[in-house]
Amino acid sequence: MSIESLSLSGRKKEVSNKKMTFMESLYLVAIAKGLWITLGHLFTRKVTIKYPEQTRSLSPVYRGQHMLMRDDEGRERCTACGLCALSCPAEAITMKAEERKPDEKHLYREEKYASIYEINMLRCIFCGLCEEACPKQAIYLTKSRVMVKSASNREDFIYGKEKLVMPLEMAINNTKPQMAK
Amino acid sequence: MDTAIIIEKGIFIVVIFAITMLFAMYETLAERKIAAWFQDRIGPDRAGKGGILQPLADGLKLFSKEEFFPNTPNRFLFIAGPAISMSTALITSAVIPWGDTLHIFGRDVVLQATDIDIAMLYIFGVLSVGVYGIMIGGWASNNKFSLMGAMRASSQMISYEVAMGLAIIALVMMTGSLSLRDIAAGQHGMSWNVFYQPVGFLIFLVCSFAETNRTPFDLAECEAELIGGYHTEYSSMKMGFYLFAEYASMFISSTILAVLYFGAYNFPGMDWVTENWGANATTWIGVLVLFGKICFFIFFYMWVRWTIPRFRYDQLMKLGWKMLIPLAIANIVITALAILWSDGKLF
Amino acid sequence: MILTLFYILSAITLATAFLTIFSKNPIHSAIYLVLCFFSIAGHYLMFNAQFLAIVHVIVYSGAIMILMLFTIMLMNLNKEDEKNKTLLSRIAAAGAFGLVALVLIATFIKSHAVIARYDVSGKDYQSIKVLGQVLLNDYMVPFEFASILLLVSMIGAVLLSKKEHING
Repeated sequence: MSIESLSLSGRKKEVSNKKMTFMESLYLVAIAKGLWITLGHLFTRKVTIKYPEQTRSLSPVYRGQHMLMRDDEGRERCTACGLCALSCPAEAITMKAEERKPDEKHLYREEKYASIYEINMLRCIFCGLCEEACPKQAIYLTKSRVMVKSASNREDFIYGKEKLVMPLEMAINNTKPQMAK
Repeated sequence: MDTAIIIEKGIFIVVIFAITMLFAMYETLAERKIAAWFQDRIGPDRAGKGGILQPLADGLKLFSKEEFFPNTPNRFLFIAGPAISMSTALITSAVIPWGDTLHIFGRDVVLQATDIDIAMLYIFGVLSVGVYGIMIGGWASNNKFSLMGAMRASSQMISYEVAMGLAIIALVMMTGSLSLRDIAAGQHGMSWNVFYQPVGFLIFLVCSFAETNRTPFDLAECEAELIGGYHTEYSSMKMGFYLFAEYASMFISSTILAVLYFGAYNFPGMDWVTENWGANATTWIGVLVLFGKICFFIFFYMWVRWTIPRFRYDQLMKLGWKMLIPLAIANIVITALAILWSDGKLF
Repeated sequence: MILTLFYILSAITLATAFLTIFSKNPIHSAIYLVLCFFSIAGHYLMFNAQFLAIVHVIVYSGAIMILMLFTIMLMNLNKEDEKNKTLLSRIAAAGAFGLVALVLIATFIKSHAVIARYDVSGKDYQSIKVLGQVLLNDYMVPFEFASILLLVSMIGAVLLSKKEHING
């Protein structure tokens, strides 16, 4: 089989520069065909999703708003090692570490925690490298199941811990099946 | 002069003006909706039920936009451009017969603003003047892209006017009159001109696409090459006027197509209606039928717009001068022979 | 009322005609000329010569002036491009024009009307039907000659614009 006759898609068409006849050059038949095709589309089912009311289902590998995870006992997993900030290609993450007080053992899993953890959502490119870098499995882009909302202020896009940490109700729900055991 | 005639014509003209404006307004919505349907989308549906208030929202937006003037050599001409476009688009409707005679209040009201016996030529005159709106606006914008758009628009319109006129000549030879009223009355019942002049109709259709600057001949505002063409520098309601004029002229040219070739207000079975329901009923139904035909042609304009890609400029000129004009001349000769043959003067 | 209309139209005609000559910008000149043509069409309408008026609009305003504007816009004439004519050539031009005007006026004063008295025939000669019959019955030969003249000039234009093929 020569390369000229090879067709991978099975729809190969030979392009020719042959001179059109007078009838062809009036394009009448071609236009009628085209009109017929578009007329068919007039009656096909519409694919629009009316966004605020309807939303598309998220794929399992979507990457949306970050979430700082809690463990089974509801403690924050993050230990403020800074690997996520280091791995971030857009330099969107900043944090400030602090030592855990003895009476805060029920709040933070590790001895060191992030007192401030901020992600600039305007810089973030949602690549997911922070998720890969995290040794404590503390940050995920697939758990919040929301996209970053639009806002009219630049400051509003700097998300702090109050927006990023997993809500308590969600953590309680996560622990429920274990309590049933 | 009879005062009643002046009042009657005055009311009629205002009504026609209002209808033209209404049509132009809702054509913008129809265009967006139909474009959406052809592309398997829904289209604008947020303003009002099913998007019925969308034209108002668009108009409000255009009105409240900033009125921007470029560094123009002549401010007056810059404003005159859209004004000329708009007025030429509107004054064509003066000679169009919107319906037959109506008997109300003991008067015979002719549903036509004026019946002059050179109506066809009047339409051509107005069409040829319409180029000035685009040309002057494009030149006064002081922008190379605008000027290029204006150039394209004017040369295209001049070229296609020739073929259009030749297509009409065959029709006029058949009907023996330049008055649109006579042409309309001659297509009584189902004897529409399109059945006798199919080639002429096709040529006229193609030319009216070119005259209204619609796709596939919208080279004057070809975005890929000329940004926005002649209205690149326009903003606010001046821009709105250009767009409005385009839609108004689309409505008018649909009307002319319907009147010349698709039997105007005539419909099959109109004699039966006259016999059983009276002449007034025929007139009213005739008006509705005419507007139905107009709506079909407007739909056709949009249908073609979302089907056929834009022509290249040399293709456009080739089509106009080398295909349509010879075809139109052949059509004239054949029509002349057919008329002679049917009169028994041939052989 | 007709008289007032006539005065207004004449004023527009004369004003735009003068402005055509006096305006520096060639585009403005052309646009004033278009307005002038329109007002002349208005004069035709006042003679009840509808056909003539509309053909005047189509041919002069609609075709010739658009082509003229077209070329002016394409050439992009500026004030700097304008050549300074010498005083001698200006005087010569003015003198030549004055002489032509003198000759024209002299011939018009000396000339007599061909038709001494206009007959009122009751026939509407402005109607396009009558006009067509007159043109193609009474003046058939000059009409055809005029059409042949136009055809010849058209063929000439095509020949001039046609590209010369070197190899035949």
